[in-house]
Amino acid sequence: MEKFSYVNATSLEQVTALLSDSGWGEVMLIAGGTDLLAELKEYVETPKTLINLKTLPGMDAIEADASGLKIGALATVADIARHPTIQQHYTVLAQAAGSVATPQIRNVGTLGGNLCQRPRCWYYRDENTHCLKKGGDICYAVDGLSKYHAILGGDPVYIVHPSDLAPALIALGASLKIVGPEGEKTMSLEEFFTLPAANPFRENVLEPNEIVVEVQVPPAKPNSKSFYLKAREKGAPDFALASVAAVFEMDGKTCKSASVVLGGVAPAPWRSKEAEAALTGKMVDDTVSKQAGADAVKDAQPLNDNAYKVTLTQNLISRAAMMATS
Amino acid sequence: MPDKEKKQGTSISRRSFLKGVGTGTVAATVAPSVLIGGEKAADAQEGDAVASATIQLNINGKPYQVEVEARTTLLTVLRDGIDTSGNNVDLTGAKLICDRGECGGCTVMVDGSLVYACMMLAMDAQDKQITTVEGLADGDDLHPVQEAFIQHDALMCGFCTPGFVVSSAALLSENTKPTLEEIKVGLSGNTCRCGTYPFIFDAVKAASKKM
Repeated sequence: MEKFSYVNATSLEQVTALLSDSGWGEVMLIAGGTDLLAELKEYVETPKTLINLKTLPGMDAIEADASGLKIGALATVADIARHPTIQQHYTVLAQAAGSVATPQIRNVGTLGGNLCQRPRCWYYRDENTHCLKKGGDICYAVDGLSKYHAILGGDPVYIVHPSDLAPALIALGASLKIVGPEGEKTMSLEEFFTLPAANPFRENVLEPNEIVVEVQVPPAKPNSKSFYLKAREKGAPDFALASVAAVFEMDGKTCKSASVVLGGVAPAPWRSKEAEAALTGKMVDDTVSKQAGADAVKDAQPLNDNAYKVTLTQNLISRAAMMATS
Repeated sequence: MPDKEKKQGTSISRRSFLKGVGTGTVAATVAPSVLIGGEKAADAQEGDAVASATIQLNINGKPYQVEVEARTTLLTVLRDGIDTSGNNVDLTGAKLICDRGECGGCTVMVDGSLVYACMMLAMDAQDKQITTVEGLADGDDLHPVQEAFIQHDALMCGFCTPGFVVSSAALLSENTKPTLEEIKVGLSGNTCRCGTYPFIFDAVKAASKKM
């Protein structure tokens, strides 16, 4: 790592003031640090200053009541995974949190960091590769090694978004509270994430002087069933090859509404309106669930090495739909 | 695309500048005026930026005072740190292997929670109780996990063993009677390239009977 200075945050006002006008990369935020320190060790980022957010009071709280969930950005992934209300009523979120990395990382990794983590693309993470994502001319995945890259929404940068929590939270209809120099704003988590066509350099709309402070989740609907299915290369902890976060409102075997969000297959968490349409209002059976999977990937454009993700995604969606019927 | 992004894309970092030009002469980078770069923690106010600091760490119940740079990891202090009296910290049980938070060789407990010491800045470990593998035994009395690892031959080369022992001890402190599945999840952040997993799982099972 290059040398940097370290500031313990005392207030959000102080943090946004320190961030102001520095642009990206000079002053960076650190909480758990499990993603950022890896970037620093690879010299992908070389900030002059890190602001330690862990000293901000109260931002790790998880509040669950009749109005839904409020999770502070500093809540750890482990806190989310073991929270009794989340386990009981927001199953997809508890399952997604439990699938993140390893106990050692879940214990320190935070919600805010999980949502804002950078891509794992091996070209992006390589210090010596000046790829399109880092201001160069080429996304090397297109003609290079693309086993873990995007099959949907990639053009022109074929990274996949690595977050497990994001698809789960979007499927649950979550919104995000952001604080900047002008105060706070709330936006839907789905709209927070962006595709490379809109901005090849960032994965979300956060400005350099803004900070994610809280995620809000509306109350779980009665008769809803939710699942997070994550395919990994092996049983061992890893990022998703493909994942499906699904929330179904069921009436017996009939799907009244479906929310299906994919992870690991696109540069942003990918809502599959096609799968949702194929399931909504239908009596879910083998044929319907398979159709939902097929519809979800009909526009997929795999690269040289990742066509397997098309089948994998299709099957994960079918499996999630069938799980809702039992 | 926004102007800010363009600027970032073409800006030259100190490192790339050094590499590109091949010279050791670098212009000082102007830090934002609110930041006080290079100040030591002792002189700094809360909320100031510090490049290095003298910090107190509580490791295995013993206080250590060490001077660290902001970028120094907890693992570096444990293995290679020198306290302000000139003594080596010399707790080399936690191993430096992948240095990326993937292998588990550096696993320690911080306030009872498992963490990768290679992915935690030493400054963040202040005011916390750090337990390394050296802190598990009580004098000559080994921790039940350590005894079970010996009895069940739960190691081959042994390089990953300290990490596995710490993870196993943390698991059993939270869950004294884990199932095999719970043991696998609890130890999923540690990797053994020799593949002694079945012996490790047996050892944890055996240790759980003594907890």
